[in-house]
Amino acid sequence: MPMNTLASKAANAMITLVALSFIFLFLILPILVILQQGFSEGVVAWWQNISDEETLLALRLTLTVAAIAVPLNLLFGIMIAWTIAKFQFRGRELLLTLIDLPLAIPPIISGLMYVLLFGIYGWFGAFFNNYDVQIIYAVPGIILVTIFVTLPYVARELIPLLSKQGTEEELAAISLGASGLQTFWRVTLPNVKWGILHGIILCNARAMGEFGAVAVVSGHIRGETNTLPLHIEILYNEYNFVAAFAISSLFVSLATITLLLKGMSSEHHSKKH
Amino acid sequence: MTRFTDHMPPKFSFKIKFKFKFKEYSVIPGFPLSFSYSLIYLALFVILPLFVLIVKGSELGLSGLLREIFDLRTLLSFKLSLLTALVAALTNACFGTIVAWFLVRTPFPGKKIFDALIDLPLALPTAVSGIVLTVIYAPSGVIGNFFLKHFQIKIAFTPLGIIVAMIFVGIPLVVRTVGPVLMSMESELEEVALSLGANKWQVFIKVILPTIFPSIITGFTLAFARALGEFGTIIFIAGNMPMKTEITALLVYTKLEQHDVASATAIALGMLLLSFLLLLLINLFQSWTSKKVTGV
Repeated sequence: MPMNTLASKAANAMITLVALSFIFLFLILPILVILQQGFSEGVVAWWQNISDEETLLALRLTLTVAAIAVPLNLLFGIMIAWTIAKFQFRGRELLLTLIDLPLAIPPIISGLMYVLLFGIYGWFGAFFNNYDVQIIYAVPGIILVTIFVTLPYVARELIPLLSKQGTEEELAAISLGASGLQTFWRVTLPNVKWGILHGIILCNARAMGEFGAVAVVSGHIRGETNTLPLHIEILYNEYNFVAAFAISSLFVSLATITLLLKGMSSEHHSKKH
Repeated sequence: MTRFTDHMPPKFSFKIKFKFKFKEYSVIPGFPLSFSYSLIYLALFVILPLFVLIVKGSELGLSGLLREIFDLRTLLSFKLSLLTALVAALTNACFGTIVAWFLVRTPFPGKKIFDALIDLPLALPTAVSGIVLTVIYAPSGVIGNFFLKHFQIKIAFTPLGIIVAMIFVGIPLVVRTVGPVLMSMESELEEVALSLGANKWQVFIKVILPTIFPSIITGFTLAFARALGEFGTIIFIAGNMPMKTEITALLVYTKLEQHDVASATAIALGMLLLSFLLLLLINLFQSWTSKKVTGV
């Protein structure tokens, strides 16, 4: 790490002061306020808010959605990382751009696109309607948009890692007689397990926390299509601040785990390379 | 790259013979499966939805699109979104660079914790950040009250509140683009400049700034794009008065709630087009400045 030969002591102190105030104001204060508001009526009230029936239903839906979207995007991330990092072919750049698109498209527009596909007047709306399958304003729609918005996370984590490792180790394994799957399980995967973990964590955090895109396709039916972030909105709009912040405190602990694991995995990788 | 494998005849090739060579030969297996799986997945989840947006938008016709976009309420929402995103991204570029400098170069105990905290806006659901920022900056909140009492400024439920929310979501984008560049900068360069008689300010302006400037612009661009599209964090703090504190993303949402899918599609397309145009402009500016920097 380059040490600071340039700035004088006074300048250093100034930079530290400005940076710390900024971090405190925008990052630390919000966490403190969430916890203070969530526990403002005591631990018992906090627990009652968390174990409220509607909250539990919303939690169940959020967990279900993440449990479907994250594994699907994990498989996709591994597949596309293998394709892009280990082979030279035409159109690689195009694939990379396509992977990043969900991050560049505003969440509301992501939701809108799925309404245009599966809504009543959408392309496939009539088709699914014939079979009495509802996608928009129902759970399938929530799952579909969640897959869309969290699609890039594992792939973006793995592609640089696999590319940096090159193909030498895989070539060695295969020339020694290992099959493709054996090579993947025993050579490629162990090398990037921290990267995969990191990708899963980020993907999961976004899947559980997505608000805008899900709000468009959910229809806000309590107990049915209400995810945890949407439930926070409802409680907040009903001026039930304590309950809204009690649930938010759950997300603070999820975010803490996410950030901790992220720090651990990036440290692991920087040590290795 | 020349490896011994490159000179071997291909054992398998694609059934459809392309006139150009589609793929370099490799002994590593799994390409047909992983490639087709990825492509089908992307086609279903990314290409198809984007395609439907463009087709449905073009079905409205140019005049239909323009009529929706040049509606006064829509235009005012564009103006508000662009201005607030611009101010927020500029603030982020400035403070994000200072924070990155602090994290990379200033000795401070427990810096790892602050470093991890930078990514909080990415790890926290936008609805959660939205309600907590609103509570902090509302007239009754910790900071909102302070500003109201001492400066008679209202933050939440005004464009200022929108800017605060946008700054929050943009923090990691600038810090994470400028930080690695600062980290990889050679301190020798600065030492040489100092030993040749440059004063510290000159070293900063002529040595450090040109090196990190492209990354600051990249961070600014990312923060700006994110701020333009942000919804969850903003809607709680914005006040959402049509023509006054209504951002474009919210307008699209409102139109959808009213089942006015055609207007929503038109405004969404306008929003996408506008942000891609702006990103293109900023990219051009960036390649122009980096050329200028390397040319000197």
